[in-house]
Amino acid sequence: MSIFEYNGSALVAMVGKNCFAIASDRRLGVQLQTIATDFQRIYNIHPKLFIGLSGLASDAQTLYQRLVFRHKLYELREERNMKPETFASLVSAIQYEKRFGPYFCQPVIAGLGDDDKPFICTMDAIGAKELAKDFVVAGTASESLYGACEAMFKPDMEAEELFETISQALLSSVDRDCLSGWGGHVYVVTPMEVTEKILKGRMD
Amino acid sequence: MGDSQYSFSLTTFSPSGKLVQIEHALTAVGSGQTSLGIKASNGVVIATEKKLPSILVDEASVQKIQILTPNIGVVYSGMGPDSRVLVRKSRKQAEQYHRLYKEPIPVTQLVRETAAVMQEFTQSGGVRPFGVSLLVAGFDDKGPQLYQVDPSGSYFSWKASAMGKNVSNAKTFLEKRYTDDMELDDAVHTAILTLKEGFEGQISGKNIEIGIIGADKKFRVLTPSEIEDYLQEVE
Repeated sequence: MSIFEYNGSALVAMVGKNCFAIASDRRLGVQLQTIATDFQRIYNIHPKLFIGLSGLASDAQTLYQRLVFRHKLYELREERNMKPETFASLVSAIQYEKRFGPYFCQPVIAGLGDDDKPFICTMDAIGAKELAKDFVVAGTASESLYGACEAMFKPDMEAEELFETISQALLSSVDRDCLSGWGGHVYVVTPMEVTEKILKGRMD
Repeated sequence: MGDSQYSFSLTTFSPSGKLVQIEHALTAVGSGQTSLGIKASNGVVIATEKKLPSILVDEASVQKIQILTPNIGVVYSGMGPDSRVLVRKSRKQAEQYHRLYKEPIPVTQLVRETAAVMQEFTQSGGVRPFGVSLLVAGFDDKGPQLYQVDPSGSYFSWKASAMGKNVSNAKTFLEKRYTDDMELDDAVHTAILTLKEGFEGQISGKNIEIGIIGADKKFRVLTPSEIEDYLQEVE
């Protein structure tokens, strides 16, 4: 059994019109046993930058702590927040440092860059970046997520429609994956505000 | 290093609270050839005298103004070989930054790291401080910037500054001529006039060096013929 499937996870990020949404499931399991139904996978690095970490939960938490550390020092030194593209390069570099003993995580990075242009990307466990203009997915439910997003995504959606679309894509995909689910956690970020919503889906 | 007679730091405090070696290093800088920098509203210019020890020296091979990154350049006053070490280290630090963040290093960060290197050499065993002051000119997202870094490792942002032999005359001249809304071309003219003030002999495109960076964020050293053009405009 793959180490990436030990805890189970589902992550998706989508780009809308001057906004983005990032969503995750809420299950933390140990193989077949469900341990928690309120597990946080998406973290806020700064008001316009979010990172979701799928894969092994222990590595996800450790990697997040390292990234927060690096970002805080960067903020102190450079007196500005990191751009999402810069942050993605940093995550990639940190993951590749551990090329022969990697963090078993697949990050999904979403943020608003210069002029509030939405930026999303994902990478594999050793830092191979994959930029996308529409959506990125990660986790045990990724195959279902690819299908659902491809079918439901439209370019230039406004915040409300984007929220509906990403929620439907997430909930329908995790229903086809036994290792992820127990609801959803969605962040919709526009230049003005950040909205956080909890979804109730099939609680299994 | 541990057994050597010189394993203690050569920069030790004097009873008056000064680090005498750093004072001496500043003297070395003060007897070096004059160099100056001016920050304009849309760019930065740095310039230096290029007095060669003999007419037999091939002046085209000597370049005092060096490029650190495509948008940051540096000039020094003091000991040339010391400046080469710093240029090498700074270039490496800039590239390391780029490798990590895939972004060009901001001028302030590069200056801070170069200054940290210079400070290290005032607090380590068996080494002496650098005998150079650097003028770092760059253009990044925060606009045009000019920094002076001293042998002690302290750095300041300047609107216009000078270092080397003719420093007091040059600074007085700059204080009079500097205006906040100066453009890059005016700044080059002012730089040339300032160098001319203390210049022994006939100034020409072959015995001064000028580096400029404008809003295009590309640092470049002017060719001797470009300097001649500016000199003619100044006449």
